[in-house]
Amino acid sequence: MESITAVKVLDYKGLSCPMPIVKISMEIGKVAVGDVLEVHTTDPGSIADFPAWAKTTGHEIVEIKQEPGLIRIFVRRKK
Amino acid sequence: MDVEKEILELKKKVDDLQGQENRLLMIVFSGELDKHIAAMIIATGAAAMGMKVTLFFTFWATAALRDPKKNVKGKNFLSKMFGVMLPKGRNKTVLSNMNMAGMGTAMIKDLMKKKNVASLDELFEAAAALGVEINICEMSMDLMGFKYEEMIDYPNMKVCGVATMLADAKESAVQFFI
Repeated sequence: MESITAVKVLDYKGLSCPMPIVKISMEIGKVAVGDVLEVHTTDPGSIADFPAWAKTTGHEIVEIKQEPGLIRIFVRRKK
Repeated sequence: MDVEKEILELKKKVDDLQGQENRLLMIVFSGELDKHIAAMIIATGAAAMGMKVTLFFTFWATAALRDPKKNVKGKNFLSKMFGVMLPKGRNKTVLSNMNMAGMGTAMIKDLMKKKNVASLDELFEAAAALGVEINICEMSMDLMGFKYEEMIDYPNMKVCGVATMLADAKESAVQFFI
């Protein structure tokens, strides 16, 4: 699998619903189409919510990595 | 028969329907803290999902839109009484359950801070940034004796009636009542 290079890391650690989704929706427009953002979160709800958000808004969740105490979500701006 | 014309008309109808899918209308009726939090989480979440969100604040909920720093003169006795009895602003609202003379509300607020759950202030700030629209029921404001001048500063707020709310609801694929 090709390695993913994120243009920016967004630290959403400690935030809970709905803030990770609210914040990513404000950030996604700031990068170019095709760029990947890396989100760091500790909110387990984000594992389900980011794909739901991406499905509705038309962006792509490239990968979700679960590490002890940290969830890393790679989001690609699609439009 | 003009087929082209008919196709254009159908296209327009489909476009209108697709627009409706992306709108949410919520009637915020209740005045308690927990229900305001629920309303604002749904509103900001929906706006983050790319939906156009309109909140219709009516009855008890209108008190939460009062600005604690603003005072207006020229109210009659009953309006003044209502003004004193109802919460002055969103941060004076209490829980609908387990309030226990304010102890429950204080506990929940403390817990929210510890668990880093967004406060009503933060949620209103996010809603404003995301373009969430607030419509206040004119009749409720009049009934409770509130004036627009004592309401919060919010970028996308106006006063309206039931017809505006119904027109918005008709154009929205999702409607909530809290």
